[in-house]
Amino acid sequence: MSLAGWIRLIIIAGSVLALEVACRTGAVPVLTMIPPSEMASSLWKLLISGRVNGDIVFSLTNVISTILLSVLGGFVIGAALHAVPRLRHALDPLLSAYYAVPIFVFYPLLIVMMGIGPPSLITMGAMFGVVAMIINTLIGLDRVPAAMMKTSAVMQLGPLRSLLFVRIPAASLHLVAGAKLAIAYSIIGIVAGEFILATAGVGKRIAFAYNDFDNQMMYGLLLLLLTFTITVNLALSHLENRLRKRWGQ
Amino acid sequence: MNSRRFDMLLLAAAFLLFWAIAARLAGPDALSTPVATLTRAVSLLTAISFWDDVAATGHTMLWACLIVLAGGLTAGLLVGSSRLATQVVEPMLGPLYSIPKITLYPVILLIFGLTPSATISFAAIHGIFPVMIFTINGIRQVPPIYERSARVMKLNRFQMIRSILIPAALPEIVAGLRVGFSTTLLGAIIAELFASTAGMGFLLIRATEAHDVIDIMAITAILFAFAITANSLLMRLERHVRHG
Amino acid sequence: MSDTVELSTSKAAAIASRPEDTTHAKLEQVVRDFTRPGESEPFRALGPVDLELSHGEFISIVGPSGCGKSTLLNVLAGLTKLTTGSVTFEGKSIDGNVPDGVGVVFQEDASFPWLNVWDNVAFGLRRAGMAGDETASRVEEALDFTGLRDFARAYPSQLSGGMRQRVCIARTMVLRPRLILLDEPFGALDQQTRLLMGEELLRLWRETGATVLLITHSLDEAAMLSQRIGVMSARPGRFLEILQTGWPDDRDSTIVENAKFGELTSHLWSLLRQETMAAMKQSTDGARS
Repeated sequence: MSLAGWIRLIIIAGSVLALEVACRTGAVPVLTMIPPSEMASSLWKLLISGRVNGDIVFSLTNVISTILLSVLGGFVIGAALHAVPRLRHALDPLLSAYYAVPIFVFYPLLIVMMGIGPPSLITMGAMFGVVAMIINTLIGLDRVPAAMMKTSAVMQLGPLRSLLFVRIPAASLHLVAGAKLAIAYSIIGIVAGEFILATAGVGKRIAFAYNDFDNQMMYGLLLLLLTFTITVNLALSHLENRLRKRWGQ
Repeated sequence: MNSRRFDMLLLAAAFLLFWAIAARLAGPDALSTPVATLTRAVSLLTAISFWDDVAATGHTMLWACLIVLAGGLTAGLLVGSSRLATQVVEPMLGPLYSIPKITLYPVILLIFGLTPSATISFAAIHGIFPVMIFTINGIRQVPPIYERSARVMKLNRFQMIRSILIPAALPEIVAGLRVGFSTTLLGAIIAELFASTAGMGFLLIRATEAHDVIDIMAITAILFAFAITANSLLMRLERHVRHG
Repeated sequence: MSDTVELSTSKAAAIASRPEDTTHAKLEQVVRDFTRPGESEPFRALGPVDLELSHGEFISIVGPSGCGKSTLLNVLAGLTKLTTGSVTFEGKSIDGNVPDGVGVVFQEDASFPWLNVWDNVAFGLRRAGMAGDETASRVEEALDFTGLRDFARAYPSQLSGGMRQRVCIARTMVLRPRLILLDEPFGALDQQTRLLMGEELLRLWRETGATVLLITHSLDEAAMLSQRIGVMSARPGRFLEILQTGWPDDRDSTIVENAKFGELTSHLWSLLRQETMAAMKQSTDGARS
């Protein structure tokens, strides 16, 4: 491991250790936070007891649905916009301003339209992630080198086969980056939605645990969420890096 | 009027038409019409009590933005100017950014209690990441040839930073401030949606619980308009910095 | 230099299949204008030009930057439509459609970074639906010819610029094009690599019997490689002169030692000097506002 890697490891391990010590010695009051080791044991007990399994399944289903919707939907919309330059040109300002708006502001509206439950949650999550995928799809397709497009014309590939065999692979780095963002946003969207107002899910459980002063449950689930999102992110980054390496970047 | 403006107007008109039709079909319990929404928005904007909540959100935003600016820029500048620090920190930023920060809100609430400080810190931890990331990138993408040219021109360290490094990194940094602002606003709204006693987000949640569709839509529209305007102004600034 | 050349089987077949008429491709009074939004006058990129390519010849086109050499290649390849005039290839008219039997190599690296060398070279054949073993044998042939056999499993990012261009050439070769168009294919390479790649191009030409049109801004390269050289004026490009070099078919880069080579390049420059200055002026005029 490189020097930077070691330093990083020390920082992370050191912070966790410091937190552990601070909690155990009472520098951080027990009502505010429990030590990391207790978070881990609480999570373990929670998982084997099966109390939160229903919520985990609920959240996971929502997250997966949202990811599929935002990544695939975002790609299709992005590719379609790329094919209609006039429409894309008109929508460009909206796309670049999209994330300037606190998208979450639409959650209450979605609730009154669809009620509390998976439909409003998934829509919220998808609204959050889809535009990141659209933007990256557009950039990726833009950046297909002209020489590659001409090569596919010389090989007489036609628009569909050109898209499948040349343009999508050529754009793959951007598509993966977009998918990474869309996935992160999807998770954030679902968890935040469940937190604010939902019938079930990990987010809702955390919110309720907070309200009930149940720190064991709350921190156990927070640890689960933390572990999950970091693992997903690291896995996707690893994939992205392998692709980059092959491309020589 | 150039063709893009025209197309945008066309799209906006189509959207309003779609909205009006959908509202008529769905009924006032699900969607209010554009006209009704606009009317309600105007009456809200002219009501004093509304502005109390605007002020609450504004207060949060002001302090959060100050923290984001000071903290994000400083951290970004410190890390960005050291290659080792960048190598250490950069791989951590992605995973950290992908954590749903809402999950940290209970922790913040436990630390600060149900006070404005909680809302402010929550908003700030949202915005600090983009500012830091963009600042680091801004500094790192300055071509090394600039620094070498500065040495050839016999500039001292301070002159180099002031007249070459900062102008070269500025467009990225300003872009980061713009994204940081929007993200901080998002954080503030989310915080108010979940647990607060004042602010625009609080108004939204209250309207949601009362199933007051027209209020929800009006407040959403106002926030939407505000966010877009603020973003446009910041984009103007960014463009000025890029070409100036 | 040796005086007889062994004909490869593919070249013999190519020669045998030629029709009586020696014209392989023809451009007649070709003009290419671009209309620019917001401007009343269309922008004339090329023309009017007339050019006839004979079967199996090697011709280079030289000219100052922006004169329309690439446009000429694009028109000939069917990659762009013409404004007026006609373009025919093997007797049939082309207008914005790429005909069968044409191969193009570009200046920019068009090798696909997501495929290894083998898959890159096999790409065109697979898309054309060719059977696996026929594909494999053609790919092997091309890899051997371009010296890429040992790199078959490598990815383009692991190769140098010159080798990546060889991948592009091999990829074009396997499709057995009868007309090979090259748009400044060695422009991104260093001079020494260029010279060697030029020799390889000659080898390719001799082996396949294809008609080759090379666009280049290097007068040396044009003078060394071609039988004919078309000299273009500054934009809108027209031919100032099309001259013959008279080199034997089995030439290689050592031809630069020949006294006539120097005469040739000085003649080319005498034609181009004024045009190049005019082209420079054209490009700076756009920057003034």
